[in-house]
Parts: sequence; structure tokens; C-alpha cells
Amino acid sequence: MHIHTVLSPCGSLEMSPKIIVKSALDAGLDIIAITDHNSTKQSRIIKQLAEEEGLMVICGAEINSMEEVHCIALFEHDNELFQFQEYLDQHLIPIKNDPSFFGFQVVVDEDEMILEEEERLLINALDVDVISIERQVHQLNGLFIPAHIDRPFNGILSQLGFIPEKLKIDAVELSQHAKISSWIGCNKIPQGTTIIQSSDAHQPEMIGKAFTTLKMETASFDEIRLALLGQKGRSVSYKNKT
Amino acid sequence: MKVSDLIDQLGLTVYAGSDNLDKEITGGYVSDLLSDVMGNSKEGNIWITLQNHLNVVAVASLKELSCIILVKGIVPAEDVIEKANSEEIAVLGSSENTFELSGKIYQLLK
Repeated sequence: MHIHTVLSPCGSLEMSPKIIVKSALDAGLDIIAITDHNSTKQSRIIKQLAEEEGLMVICGAEINSMEEVHCIALFEHDNELFQFQEYLDQHLIPIKNDPSFFGFQVVVDEDEMILEEEERLLINALDVDVISIERQVHQLNGLFIPAHIDRPFNGILSQLGFIPEKLKIDAVELSQHAKISSWIGCNKIPQGTTIIQSSDAHQPEMIGKAFTTLKMETASFDEIRLALLGQKGRSVSYKNKT
Repeated sequence: MKVSDLIDQLGLTVYAGSDNLDKEITGGYVSDLLSDVMGNSKEGNIWITLQNHLNVVAVASLKELSCIILVKGIVPAEDVIEKANSEEIAVLGSSENTFELSGKIYQLLK
């Protein structure tokens, strides 16, 4: 539920729509989420391509808040995604990207032709705090998941030291380096919060290195929400892929 | 004052960029938020931080800072040292905390 593309500056130029879809299918994944840093612009193209191949793609972004906390935001409908992209455009602190330092930031079509180059550095922060961002995501019926909370940088625990009580989260995400068993029952996570694990893939070979298994009736956004929230019999289980 | 002078005066450890200590210091910036450093630091500033990852080096390069100083005895990760060497940015270390180190450097640069 956390994959970067050619659009993220740190995403390999191999992370094109075709390669992502193929890698996900080869890894045996049924659902993936496209979550570039502070941008949703590459996600729909991948979703459209994936539909033809029987892979479910959720569009979203990995947001970098004012406190430099990374969070995954996922959206169901195009209009919600567009509105959130507008929000990102409005709030990203503008610093011009220098591709020689940070990497290229391009949006490509299915044939890997460049449609646009994002000029503003996407790994910069937004000028809004994490609670305001969460509110905006939920206002747009999205899912909000603090990313890689085990990481010593850009995780909500490393940046804030705790998860604010007012922050309404749908799950927390661990990186592929974490052992889930050591996080279950951790008192830094609100009781009952689902823990997911994702690859945070920046290169094709990382896709599927960590994944989460969801127990649902069908593959749909609503079902995913229910599984993350542990409602109506839907739930999450998880294991690492070695 | 050059970076090498600061190292001598404060006994800082040199972790990377040992060939790049000749840079002139224009001032200092203290922040652990990369977005803040990107927006507000000035060329030639020394940067005092506890952040220890690759993007620290990228930001320091981008802003042409004179060096990075890690506090509290933090030892830079291998990949940080490698990147700093290739970007020709000095990464230094101090066992002191940010407040104390900043105070001392401030006095030296006044």
C-alpha cells in the first residue's frame, strides 16, 4: 500500500506504469497503492493500466507534513483525488527541484513518454500540520495512515515522539525492516489500531517485499476501509515476503 | 573562519569530507527540519543537526552549506559518509547537545 513511481525524486526511473504493474503481478499482489511524495499525478495512469491487467490500484500520496511526518493518504474516487491534488499544490512549500541532487520528477504515460516534469521538490514539506492534513483526507473520504512509524526519521514517532490523541488514523504502517510481532501491543500505538506493513518500494525489485493480507468479501475501497478498521468481520493479517 | 579552524577550536570529529575543510563559514543554522533548512539557511552556513540520513547531505549540497555538524555523539550512517564524500561536504561530530554546541559556535563566530 506504499509504492513510489518515477515521479518521486527518489523513485528509480524504472518505476514506470508498465514495470510497476508487471512487478506487482509477478509478486502475486492483488492490490497496490501508488503513493508518490506529495503528489498524486502519476497514480491514475497506473490505475487505468492496471485495470486491464486485473490488478487493483488505489491512488494516493505519501504526504510530508510541516513536522516532516510522512503519512499515506488513499482515495477512492477521481474527484476526491483531484481535490486532494489541489490541496497538495496549494500547500507544498515551493523549492525548485535540482535533479542532479534529488533525482528526476516526471509524470509518464503508459508508453513511458514524459507528460510533464514536476519542478517543485516533492520531498519538501507541506506548510500544514499533520492533524489538519488528516482532517482534509477524511473530509475527502480518504484513508489516513502514518507511514513507516518504525523509521528513525520521518516517522510520526521519530518526529513527534507520540501519536497525538486528536489524530484520527485508519492504521499505522511499518517498514519492511520492522518485525510486526514486536510492535503488537506497543503502547505508542492507540489500542486497537491495525498495523500494516508495506514495501515503500522505490525500485521494481522492492515491490512485494513486504505486504499486508486483508480479509474481505471483495476487493473494494470500502472493504479495505472495513478491514483496516476491523469492522463487520473484515480484518488484516500480515507476513513478510523473504 | 574556516571549517578547519572550528574543528581545531572545538575538537570536532571529522567523519567525511576531510578534503573539504577549507570552506569559509558565513554563519550558522540550527534545525532538524529539512524543509526549514532548505527554505532558510544561507550559503556557507554550518548546519547543526541531529538528523542522520542521506537527505541531510543532499540538502547541505543544494544550499552549499560549509559543513554539517551532528550533535550528541551521533555517528553518521555509512551511506551518509559515502554521499558526503562524493558531494565534498564535511560531516563533523560533537558529543555536546545542540544548545551547548550552538552557544559555543555562536561565540566563536561573533
